[in-house]
Parts: sequence; C-alpha cells; structure tokens
Amino acid sequence: MSGSDSAGDSFFADWVNVYPKSVKGKFRRLKWISLSILLGVYYLGPWLRWDRGDDAPGQALIVDLTSQKAYFFFIEIWAQEVYYFTGVLIIAAISLFFATALAGRVWCGYACPQTVWTDLFMWVERRIEGDRAARMRLDKAPMSFGKAIKKISKHVAWVFIAFATGGAWVFYFNDAPTLAVDILTANASFTIYAIVLSLTGSTYLMAGWAREAVCTYMCPYARFQGAMLDDDSLVVTYDETRGEARGAHKKGTSWEGRGDCIDCNACVAVCPTGIDIRDGLQLECIGCGLCADACNNIMDRVERPHGLIRYDTLRIMNAQAEGKDPKYHLVRPRTIVYTLILLIVCMIMLAALVLRTDTSVNLLRDRNPLFVTLADGSVRNGYTVKILNMKRENRTYHMRLAGVKGARMTVIGHAKTPVEEIRLNVRPDSVSTFRVFVYAAHSALAADSNEMRFVVTEEQSQRIMKHETTFRGPVK
Amino acid sequence: MPTKIEKDIVSGQDTTGHEWDGIKELDTPIPRWWWYTLWATVVFAAVYVVLYPAILPGGPTKGLLGWSQYKVLADDQAAATAAQKGMRDKITSAELGAISEDADMLNFAMAGGRAAFGDNCAPCHGSGAQGFVGYPNLNDDEWLWGGKLEDITTTIRYGIRTTHEDSRSSEMPAFGVDEMLDAKQIDAVADYALSLSSSSPAVGPGAAIYEENCVACHGDTGQGDKEQGAPSLKDKVWLYGGDKATVVQTINGSRKGVMPAWAGRLDEATIRSLAVYVHSLGGGK
Repeated sequence: MSGSDSAGDSFFADWVNVYPKSVKGKFRRLKWISLSILLGVYYLGPWLRWDRGDDAPGQALIVDLTSQKAYFFFIEIWAQEVYYFTGVLIIAAISLFFATALAGRVWCGYACPQTVWTDLFMWVERRIEGDRAARMRLDKAPMSFGKAIKKISKHVAWVFIAFATGGAWVFYFNDAPTLAVDILTANASFTIYAIVLSLTGSTYLMAGWAREAVCTYMCPYARFQGAMLDDDSLVVTYDETRGEARGAHKKGTSWEGRGDCIDCNACVAVCPTGIDIRDGLQLECIGCGLCADACNNIMDRVERPHGLIRYDTLRIMNAQAEGKDPKYHLVRPRTIVYTLILLIVCMIMLAALVLRTDTSVNLLRDRNPLFVTLADGSVRNGYTVKILNMKRENRTYHMRLAGVKGARMTVIGHAKTPVEEIRLNVRPDSVSTFRVFVYAAHSALAADSNEMRFVVTEEQSQRIMKHETTFRGPVK
Repeated sequence: MPTKIEKDIVSGQDTTGHEWDGIKELDTPIPRWWWYTLWATVVFAAVYVVLYPAILPGGPTKGLLGWSQYKVLADDQAAATAAQKGMRDKITSAELGAISEDADMLNFAMAGGRAAFGDNCAPCHGSGAQGFVGYPNLNDDEWLWGGKLEDITTTIRYGIRTTHEDSRSSEMPAFGVDEMLDAKQIDAVADYALSLSSSSPAVGPGAAIYEENCVACHGDTGQGDKEQGAPSLKDKVWLYGGDKATVVQTINGSRKGVMPAWAGRLDEATIRSLAVYVHSLGGGK
C-alpha cells in the first residue's frame, strides 16, 4: 500500500504470521482462570437482576441513559456525580502502575481485553484448524474443499463470538432481557445495531486478525513500560547464567560444562507475540509466562530443575551473573508511593460515597427581566428553584426567604398569594422544578442589588440548605 | 537548478538533484493510493455536478435529482407541522382555561409560545417581555386592556388600534394640540394626575380640570378603565414615563400605541399558546 516503486528496503516491517503452540502449565492454567472470570463477568454481568422497585431498572449493572443515572448494585450515581467514575479510572490507572512495578506486564498477559479475546479466538482456532504445526501446514497448502470448510467455520465462529461481545456491551445500557429479544427480532433501534455491529467488527478484527500487532504497534502501554518497570520488577526472564551455553543435549550425556538450555525452541513456539525470550526483555513481551510453562515441561523431560525461564527481577539476574547473593526489593520507594496514592484515592472515594448527599437545591435567577416593578410600586424578582430528591421515597421540603425584609413569594402551582414559607413535595428519585416569584416593597430594599437567601429544610432529616442569590430593584 | 541526479543506496530512489548543505532530497513519486483518491474525488465531483445543483460557466443548473435546499426545508417544515398537528388541534379546540390544566398542552403551549414570542413580539416587547418606553412590560400586574387569559388572547388576535374590525380601539384627545386646554391647565392637571399615585392626593386647580376632562376614561380616583384601554393613573407603572415633563407631553399631544392584529398572520393555536405564555410571565390575572 505504500505505493513506493523502490526496489530497496521497505520502511515497514513485514507482517509475520505467529502460530502459537498450545501449552499446559501453571501460568496457562492461571490465564484460563482469569479468562473465564473476566469473560463470565462481561457476558453475564448485565443479566444479574436487582430489585429497585417499580420506578428504577431491575438490573444490577446498568447505565440508564434516559434517566441519566448509573446503577451499580445498591449504588446509584446521577449524571452530575460523574466524578465517581473519574475516581474509579484513577484507581484503575494507579493499580495498573502498581501491578507493573511489582510484576511487570501482568495486566497485558492475563487481564487485558485484547489478550483475553485473542486467547479465546486462538482456542477456537486450535479447535478447528489444529495446533501450530497443523495450522502452518494448512496455511501453506493450496486451497481445497477441506481447507475452505475449516477456514470458513473458523471465521463464522469468530464472528459469532464477536457479535456476542458487541451485543453484551449494549446490555449494560438497556434492560438486557428486553433488548436481547428486540435485537433478535429486529426490533431494536438503528443506534443499537450500529453499536453492536461496529463492536462486532472491531472484536473480529482485533482478536482475529490484528492480535499481537495491537500490543506491539497500537498500544501505547507497551511503549512506556520502560518507565513503569525497574530492576526490581518481576518480569519473565531467561536465566542466562544457568542456560548458557545452550545446545542440543543427548539423553544420558553429562550436563557438566554446558547450560541447561537445550535450544528446543519450545519457548518461541508457544509465544503469542512470536518472540524469543532468551534475547532478553523486549517491547513485544506481554509477560504472560507461557514460555516459562513450555520450558518447565521440557525441563521435566530432560530431568533438570524448573525455572530456567521464570518471573524474576533483573537485579537478581545480574547479581547471579556476578556470583553475588540476590535479594528481592518488593517494598521500595516506587511501590510505596503507588500504595500511598492508591490508599488516598480509595479513602477519598469511600468518604465521598459515604458522605454523599441525597438531596440538593439548585437556583436559577431570572435575568431577563432582572426585576419587575408592579402596579403598587413593589418589586418582583423571578427564580427557578430545583430540588433534587435522590432518595427512593417522597420527601417534603420547607422553603423560606431570608435577607430581604418582608419578602414574600408565590410559587406557580403551589401558592397563588404571597407567603413567607412554603411546604413543597418532591417525588422519589427525581428533580422538581418550581417557579418562584419573590415580592418586596421598594422601601425595603437598601440598594439596587440586595443579598438574599433561599433556605430550604428537608423535613425528615432537618437538613438545611442555603442558597445565596440577589434580589434586584430599580436604581435607588 | 538540479545539478546531479543520482541513485540513493538505501531506498533505491533517484534524488531530485537538489542539495542543501549536503542534504539531498529523494524524488519519491506520489503514492498510488494518493493518486487513486485524487481521481476518485474528480469522478465524484463530475457525477455530483450532474446530479446536484451546480454553478457552471453557462449558469446555475438544477441537477438531475431535483434536490434543493428549499425543498429540504419545506419537507422538514411540513414534517414538523404534521408532527405537531394533533397537539395544535387540541389547543385550538380546547377551552382557553383548560390549556393550563393539562400538563401536555401547557408544555406544548409554553414552548410554542416562547418561540413565537421571540419571533413576533420580542422586537417591541423585548426578549424577556420587559417592554420599552411606549411598549408595555408584560411581566407586571398592570394591564391596559386586561390581564385575563381571554383579554390577552383578544389583544393578540385583533391588535390595538389596527384596521381590523374587532380591533381594540380608543383615543385620548390631544388636549393641547387641539386647543382644548391651555398650557397652564395642562400643567395643573399633570400635577393632579401625578398626585393620584402618591398616598395623599393633592387637591389643587387640577382637580376640577381632571373632573371635567379625564374622569370619563381614567375614573374618578384615576383607577383607569380596561374596557377602553385607559391606564390606571394610581399605580407606579408608567408606560411613557412618570416624570412631569412626560405626563405634560402625553396630555398635550395624546398617545396612540399600536399593536398589530395577529389573526391571519399566526394560526389560532399559536395565538392561544402566546396568550398562555404571556399570562404565565407573572402578571396574568
């Protein structure tokens, strides 16, 4: 696509197909467990029910865009409280840095959606096309009926999974059972289908085709991991001191004077990004540890100890090479700082959640006109008062005025003749808007702009909310 | 001028022959995809010019598809009108007072009234209906022709001092210009008129003149008469200004504020919506 007619080297790296071999071992098992939990949460999450009464969604996890509220089990977040989401993102980011400082790119290897779905897609691929050698043979073979069947069924399975993935996403924003029926009976909205299809497309593309290229070329995280890691982070490493000099080993011959690495390439064959871990820590390595599993299996066979490839720190590797006594530094300034930040943010979030108010008052002052002079010479100002009731029960509020002598108010629909104080009802889980006209004698005003307060008291809790505003009149 | 074109070893590309302080530029051809994109846009433009309106050397063309922005606008407006028809019919046929009782109708009337007010009424009455000198403030509780929903509707529908046969109409004599009162008398009655809005009405030479000339419309205590659009002189709201010079000017030359009749220019539903909106501004009776 570069369009270059040059006969020389391309400026782009060639695309190399990676055919990861299946492997068994403790890290592979860990990856399967992580995959099952994460996909289980993702696909089944929206189907969890949670009874909130008739007025709210009965879904445990839902972002209800219509009512602009997000529900997370017993927590209910209103649109204006979106900062909780910011807090969650900060915690996620710091946790990621913390995990990286401790154990390298474990996020990439075990929990990143790219890894998880790629793993799932590879599992499907292996089921249909066979393991590494079979797949390489199949790709080299000329097109035949059998090959076409295998390829087509693989892609159909991939598209099906991708569709389920895109479908699950929209369930987090709608009632899942209702929407599932709507989608399958072609009754859902265009927006829903557009989102589902675009996510189906991206899942199929990313997990089926792009795979390790996403990690290597697209993901910024791979590029700045150098700043996140240090010599004391556990990373997947090849123990060079023990492994070299490498070479083929005949059964029964001595291990004296040679390394434990038998150069079998098992570690390379299983690598999902197609690298050789024995070359040292690399940009492409996602820290999944599958090479360690592969190597351990080989070590069992040649009757040498496990751990020629393992999670270890660079400092220990270097110390070993120099024959010194290695030491772990899991507690070090970097991890301490991350822990502190995490604790602080978590505490702030917890405090914010515990202390969050379930009611508030907003006030809008009419600016056009600023004030109205009435027939009897008194002055009227208009206000819009919004009272939020975030509780799931009817609540009563008492509103009165302070700051301007003799000020009275009418509330459209609630008080026709001017009153000093008024009782207002706000329905459960809603915002009520009241149009308030405040009247004051011109003689009671000290200046053209006067400080005034709306004092709103919630009846049950006796919580008092004061709102400062101004009351304007003609220039004195 | 190009000096020496040579082959670059790394890329195999010719150089342009230019050299700046030892830096040579490769003569890399424009990428194919770029050419294809360019030609695709040229083809697109050619097809577009045939199908859609275009300005050609021979003059503007309408295009084969017959598409035009006017048509799009007309279609959109027709669609909007069709969508609003049910609600508009409901408002047109409802009792005036019932519009505010029904949440849906009230909502529609308020939104429609606010928009229609901005389009038609704001130039004189102001965007916040606060009025200007000679143009009444619609927020206050003083009305020339009445502040009930029915009164406001009638005023909007037929206007004030228009040629419409049902127009609200009245005329204050130009006492000075028509030589009904001399300057001294005008001065005295202006004093009297101004004193009506203070707490203790002054009795002076103006009282007799007022009794003779003004009472018929403005009432014996200056309370005004909404049937004739005669403003109250007792209150603190002055349409043209409450200072003596302005009042003298009013008595001398009269005032004849005019408001257009909106019947025929706005449909019934819009007029009713406007009335509901204006009535809600705070002064509605």
